[in-house]
Amino acid sequence: MDFAVFLVQCLNAVQYGLLLFLVASGLTLIFGILGVINLAHGSFYMIGAYLAYALAPLAAAHSGGGFPAALAIGVVLSIVFGYVLEWVFVSYLYEREHLQQVLMTYGLILVFEELRSIALGDDVHGVAVPEWLAGSVPLGGVMTYPVYRLFMSGVCLLVALALYAVIARTRVGMAIRAGATNREMAQALGVDIRLLYRIVFAAGVALAVFAGMLAAPVTSVYPGMGNQVLIVSFVVVVIGGIGSIRGALLASLLVGFVDTFGNVLVPQIAGVLVYVLMAAILLWRPEGLFRTG
Amino acid sequence: MKFRRFAILVRQTSAWRGWPLAVAVVVLAVFPHVGGDFYVDLVLTTMILSIFALSLELLVGRTGLVSFGHAAFFGIAAYATALLSPSGAAPSHAWLLPAGVATAALAAAVIGAFCLRARGVYFIMVTLAFAQMTYFVFHDTKLAGGSDGLYLNVKPALTLDGITIVDLRNPRTFYYATLVLLVLVYAVLAAIGRSRFGHALAGIRANEQRMRAAGFSTYGYKLAAFTLAGALAGIAGFLHAVKDGFVSPEILAWHQSGAVLLMLILGGIGTLRGAVLGAFAFVLMKELFQSEALFGAFAKHWQLPLGLAVIACVALMPNGIVALPTQLRRFRAPLLNAG
Repeated sequence: MDFAVFLVQCLNAVQYGLLLFLVASGLTLIFGILGVINLAHGSFYMIGAYLAYALAPLAAAHSGGGFPAALAIGVVLSIVFGYVLEWVFVSYLYEREHLQQVLMTYGLILVFEELRSIALGDDVHGVAVPEWLAGSVPLGGVMTYPVYRLFMSGVCLLVALALYAVIARTRVGMAIRAGATNREMAQALGVDIRLLYRIVFAAGVALAVFAGMLAAPVTSVYPGMGNQVLIVSFVVVVIGGIGSIRGALLASLLVGFVDTFGNVLVPQIAGVLVYVLMAAILLWRPEGLFRTG
Repeated sequence: MKFRRFAILVRQTSAWRGWPLAVAVVVLAVFPHVGGDFYVDLVLTTMILSIFALSLELLVGRTGLVSFGHAAFFGIAAYATALLSPSGAAPSHAWLLPAGVATAALAAAVIGAFCLRARGVYFIMVTLAFAQMTYFVFHDTKLAGGSDGLYLNVKPALTLDGITIVDLRNPRTFYYATLVLLVLVYAVLAAIGRSRFGHALAGIRANEQRMRAAGFSTYGYKLAAFTLAGALAGIAGFLHAVKDGFVSPEILAWHQSGAVLLMLILGGIGTLRGAVLGAFAFVLMKELFQSEALFGAFAKHWQLPLGLAVIACVALMPNGIVALPTQLRRFRAPLLNAG
């Protein structure tokens, strides 16, 4: 493999890994802090992608200048959506067994997919890359790399840093860590745990929706796209260790590299490689790389 | 006083408690003679799913291991059946069922050895991931037709000295063969429930730490249960492959694993009859929402009412259909007292 090709694949791996991180970090937070197995998390990614499709006219306005506005609208909508969903549905899952959580959120997937089908149909759609990000940069002698993918990686990286800063440095982050370690104790010390859970869930939804919106121009928009991401995100959470943001970041990059290079080097068995990686890591550490709580 | 003791004794005798089961078997046996072809086929499908659900009940209900990847073993047995069915004329295929079941059991032993290192929530997700891995093996590689699936060459028949004993090509015979297998699987699981092995599994569900302290190698017991559950799911997979004469990767998809868990919780976890009732309830529910006569054009979107029904069922009757009488009694008792 010549160096430029190697570099392109590395960039692809990082971009895929960081995108996975956005989905998986929400999943691992909801899991580690709320104790809910949320199968519907992939649906939020799907909703994000379809939102990007629905907001495409806005994003294309002013020669692509509407794109940040579309992203902002998506994030605000998803926070409201996540907040309300936690209130009317997810908050009833906390006292339930894991199996019941799995089945109720599985029911939610069916509902979301079918609502999407009723509202927007079952066709595959492409979403245009905003004009100011449409070019590509030269790489080595002959290769080029699309600017939009670099932009994606950059944005994902910023979000990851912001997430880390919020959890490690702010009061809310402190409350989140306290709630994850000992729910009753945090409550006794005056943390409003119900509000905290609502915030964490809304943030998780927003992360997944944001990831879906960012990914839409690259992957196109199709039915069932959430499920694929959901399963890989589960693998990431298992590898990284439940509840660990650091673990999720490391694991998503690992999965990104294994999947991308698997597709290049051994395309016949690429689909299986990620799961082999997971099995190997579980043999070594049955509770993931970083376990918290 | 004496009479009361006698009445209790009668009620506790297995013959007395078993009568609804006997009635159910008789109804299933008579059904092909009274029901229309469509409904007989539907009942046949449901019986196959019942075997599938029963096999998972051993893991979820008895041992307390929530596997979200059980469709893998169903699918592996179905694929093994399709791949091994010889292309020539049909001699005796008595070995096809054992071969399919053995393949599923082997896969379950290997996958179980990995998955059982994980606990609780990890176990749920790891079984899911392994099932996905199996799905991709059949979906992406050219091993067995890829995403297009695979046709069975010949439907199997059991022949001895040129005389056909069980010909699964005949729908009626196939129906009764499935019924016999369903009763057998039920009986085997009921026997396991009363055995030392079954009690050890129940002990693991209640308190694994304590079982280990009592000297049980719980890992071995759990792996045995996982392998057996995989083998029994293999029976269902074999029947599915023979019934349709076609297998596709979709039968290993995670929706299948979700659906069979759903059947368990619909019927009621912890009882064998719950698994069978759940399978019937699930198929009926699906047929109902897919019915164009009832929902017209909206029947196309049957997953929406199904999803809502799933949520409602799990929320309102967490202990399933089996516990419904008790639940209703408890619900009515305060009303009666008040009135």
